[in-house]
Formats: sequence, C-alpha cells, structure tokens
Amino acid sequence: MTVFLLRRLMQAALVVLAMSVLVFIGVYAIGDPVEILISPDADQIERERAIQALGLDLPLWQQYLVFLVKAAQGDLGNSFVFNEPALQLILQRMPATLELAVGATFFALLVGLPLGLYAGLRPNSPVSKGIMAGSILGFSLPTFWVGLMLIMVFAVQLGWLPSTGRGETVEVLGMRWSFLTWDGIQHMIMPAFNLSLFKISLVIRLTRAGVRETMLMDYVKFARAKGLSPARVTFVHVFKNILIPVVTVVGLEFGGTIAFSVVTESVFAWPGMGKLIIDSINVLDRPVIVAYLMIIVLMFITINLIVDLTYSVLDPRVRLETRS
Amino acid sequence: MSTTTAPLGAAAPAAPKVETPFRRFVSEFASSRLALFGLVVITLIALVAIFAPWIAPQNPYDLAQLDIMDGRMEPGTVGGAGFTYWLGTDDQGRDMLSGIMYGLRISLSVGAGSAIIACLVGASLGMIAAYAGGRTDSLIMRLVDLQLSFPAILAALMILAFLGKGILNVVIALVIVEWAYYARTVRGSALVERRREYIEAAQCLALPTRRIIFRHLLPNCLPPLIVVATMQVARAIALEATLSFLGLGVPITEPSLGLLIANGYEYMLSGKYWISFYPGIALLITIVSINLVGDQLRDVLNPRLKK
Repeated sequence: MTVFLLRRLMQAALVVLAMSVLVFIGVYAIGDPVEILISPDADQIERERAIQALGLDLPLWQQYLVFLVKAAQGDLGNSFVFNEPALQLILQRMPATLELAVGATFFALLVGLPLGLYAGLRPNSPVSKGIMAGSILGFSLPTFWVGLMLIMVFAVQLGWLPSTGRGETVEVLGMRWSFLTWDGIQHMIMPAFNLSLFKISLVIRLTRAGVRETMLMDYVKFARAKGLSPARVTFVHVFKNILIPVVTVVGLEFGGTIAFSVVTESVFAWPGMGKLIIDSINVLDRPVIVAYLMIIVLMFITINLIVDLTYSVLDPRVRLETRS
Repeated sequence: MSTTTAPLGAAAPAAPKVETPFRRFVSEFASSRLALFGLVVITLIALVAIFAPWIAPQNPYDLAQLDIMDGRMEPGTVGGAGFTYWLGTDDQGRDMLSGIMYGLRISLSVGAGSAIIACLVGASLGMIAAYAGGRTDSLIMRLVDLQLSFPAILAALMILAFLGKGILNVVIALVIVEWAYYARTVRGSALVERRREYIEAAQCLALPTRRIIFRHLLPNCLPPLIVVATMQVARAIALEATLSFLGLGVPITEPSLGLLIANGYEYMLSGKYWISFYPGIALLITIVSINLVGDQLRDVLNPRLKK
C-alpha cells in the first residue's frame, strides 16, 4: 500500500510540474497584457515602469522560474485587474462553485439511483424504456440551452424561482455559503439541477447496467433460493455491489462537474470560479488564468488519487493486482 | 423495406464501407426504426445546411435584405419584405429560420470537419502506438491519458483563450481535445488485430510495413472507429455551441447555432423566447439524431453484442 501510494504521489508531482510548464507557456502566448492594462495615452516611461512592475520584461524562462518559486510558497501572483493575490481571488469564489457541484452530485444520486434501479429491475417495462430514452436526451441536450429554458419557464413565465445570482449568503468558517439560507437554496435549485443533467443520465445508465449484470450472479440466485425477501436481495445483495462503480464514476466526475460549472455559472450569473475564469480570459488576466488552471490540475490529480485509493479499499482485487 | 433503405444507407455520411456483408449491415441497421428515423432526419438537416443559400427565405447576413423595423417580431408575423417570419426575428430583424439554416452550415461543418481531422490524427497516432510498441507506445498513451484526464470543455476553453476567436481556431481546439478518443480506440483494436494470423501471414510475405498497416490492419480496426467518430461529431457540435455561447467560439460574423442562442439570452428575460428557443431546438434535433444513428451503429458493428 505504501509503495503504491508513494509511486502515485511521484507520478502526480511530475504531472503537476509538466502542466505548470504547459500552462505557463500557453498563457504567455496569449496577447500582450500591457496593451490592455495600460492606458493608450500613457507615455513611454510610464509604460516601462508598469512592465517592470509586472515582471513582463524578463525572459520567459526567468518569468517561469520566478513563478515556480513563488508558486511553491503559495503565491501565484497578483491579478492584473483586481490587484489582489490571484489565489485568494479564486479561493473566495470556490465555495460558490463547490456548493453548486455538490448540489448537482446530490441531485444526480437522488434522481439517478432510483430510476436506474427501476430500469435495471424491469428492463422491458415501458416506464424503463421511457427512463432510458430520457437518459439519451440527458446526454444530448446542450446544457447551456437547457439552462436558458429553465430560466424562461421557471423564472420568467411562472416566476417561481429567481433567475440569476446567488441570493442571500451566510458566513461560516470565513466563507460565504448560500445553501444555509432559504433564499440561497431557491437560487441554487435551477443551476444545480442544470449542472446535474448529464450526471443524472450517467448514474441512471451505470445503475441499470450494474443491476442487470449483478442480477445474473450466482450469489444473487443463491440469496433468492435461500428465500430472502426481494427487497433484501435488491438492497443488500444487488444495490451494495453496484454502488462501487457508481460511486467511483460520480467521484471521478466531480472534477468534470467543477469544470463544466463554467457554463452553468455563465448562464445563471453564479459568482463562482467558472465565471471568474471566463471574465479573466476576456481581459487576459494572466495570473488568474494560470492560478485557476494550476488549482484545477491539482484538484484533478487529488480527485484521481482519492478515487484510486477508495477503489483499492472497496475492491481488494485492485490492491492485489498492484502488489503482484 | 430493403429497396428503400439501401440508398438511404449509402447517402449517410456515417455509412461505412464493409466489404462483403454490406447488405446485411444495411438491413441490421434498419432493424431499428428509431435509428432509421435519426438517419433520415440528419440527412435532411445536412441537405438544408448545404442548400441554405438557395432555400432560405432571406440571406440573414446581407444587410440590404434586413429591415431593422422588423426586429424582435413574434413567430408567424408578416414582415416588411412581404414574407412570413415563421420563427420570428432577432434584434436586427433577421429571419430566425434563415439564421438557423445558415447557422447549421457552420455548426455542421465545424463538427464534421473537426471530427474528420481528429480522426485522421488520432487514428494515425493510435496505429503508430500499437504497431511500434515500446517507448513510442507509452509516450503516446501517456499523452492520451493526460488529455483524457482533463475535461474537454476546459481544455478547449484554454486553447481558444490562447488562439482567439475564429472558425479555424475552434476546429483546432476541437481536434486537440478529441484526437485522444480516436487514438485510444484504434490502439485498442489494433493491438488485438495485430496478433491475428493474417497479419503474421502478411509479415511472413515480407510486405512493406506501410502496406500491412493501411491495407490489412486499418480496415479491420474501422468498425469501432466509425462508432466513435459518429458520436464525436455530435459531441463536437455540442462543444462548439457551448464555446460559442461563452463568447470564445465562432466570431459574430459567422454565427453558429450556439452564437444564435447566446444572442437571444438578453431578450429571454423579457419573454422573447424564440430568439434562443428555436436555434436550440435545431441543435437538439441534430445532436439527438446523430446519437441515435451512432447508438445503432455501435450495436450493429459490435460483435460482442451479437447473440
């Protein structure tokens, strides 16, 4: 286990380093921030002073080294626009994105698991066929368009839910959360549901496939032959076993959800990391773009690591394989 | 049934060249009414897109044909030019129906174009990885893993942030995001196929490697590749629409369906739903019909699912 963990950590560190080079060079290639940040009527001396202050006069590799040393100390540079540390700027927006992603995951499991279970137990019933057709739609529907339609129906025409923004927030542990107020929850329903559409379909399909496969297993037949109640067979023998792949995929998808919240946040004007990155790309705020990317890369590597470890705990076969 | 379906199968962009059992393939494909319906719809959509300049009621990008007085008209109103705006008009007085027809041209060509290029790049790299093995293989597959561990939307977002707007840039971004799927698919099936006897026989005949790869290995790796390619066209169209909606995709002068939807965003809150609604429906129908065809192709071409 320790060797497995150490090797994975080494790999992860290498990927982070490689990505930092890629991201830095990539972001460096975007336009010239000087032209955007310094007013066109600034004279030559002012321009040079600003370039020097931002560290843009050094050669690329030196800028990268400065960036790397500072990044190791947790300093990812100051935002050109807000003149605040980029890391702090992103971390401020992180709770909004996180609660949206958690809400979406919650929706996905709440809706997807029962529907998938039903479709798996009665694969030929018309209801199951309807569920499966719906899941195809969930994969095909363009998320941003569904978001717009949700706003149109529930905010504009029916007036049940607020269309945009985060609503009232409460400060807990120095971060602002909206899921603790009724107003905040109302603001969260549509974006979280919108973000979860794809995941609902995914959970339905995984659960259905898992149930159908597990129902044919010998131990399920044995449990039935033993005379256990159908409910006990379904929930203890079948459901528990299909949870492993479902949880793994939903866990892996969590990173994807955070990434995809870029779209949902733009539609619902949700003030999270995703909206920040779109705004930063539009004004070429390099430090924020770099910081965001580094945080996302770190997040993905951590999620993959956690999922791998959980998997090896849940399924002993994985551990045995790496040992041999 | 078979006489009517054969030309349809032949007309589809996704119809593969299976050498002998072509007719069997067509009839198996046609066994799903839904898939057949999808194929008909996507063919019609492609025809509309191709012939848009001749069948659209107006050229939405010829300013001389636009009447600003007709702006934001409801679906079904008769405009100043004398014809009916069946799907309404946008803020510039453009007929939405014509806008959608022209938008489909851009959406479909970006989607299909990027899928074809990504397929060529990905399939070549996957084939090289499978055939060369060793270092080359692990280097290419590392790249594939890295690419696939990063969500497509973010990668495409970043690439477009570096490159800027533009149809060509969107295609480049989509190719970079998608090649890995093809590479993984082709490598997977090529690794299985290259251990088969016919490859061994070809090697014993001392045929040139290029010939073995292109004439023997590649045709046998095609079925899964065709399935992936069909699905990826739908994915590419959706991704392009999303990027354009975020304002990072196609430029305003060449609006795809995604950009049309984005244009209607601000009018949505005042109840003028049609500017965003109808382009979205067009996008949805396109993606769903491609996916229906892809689903059926997967079932027909996958030998494991045959009973």
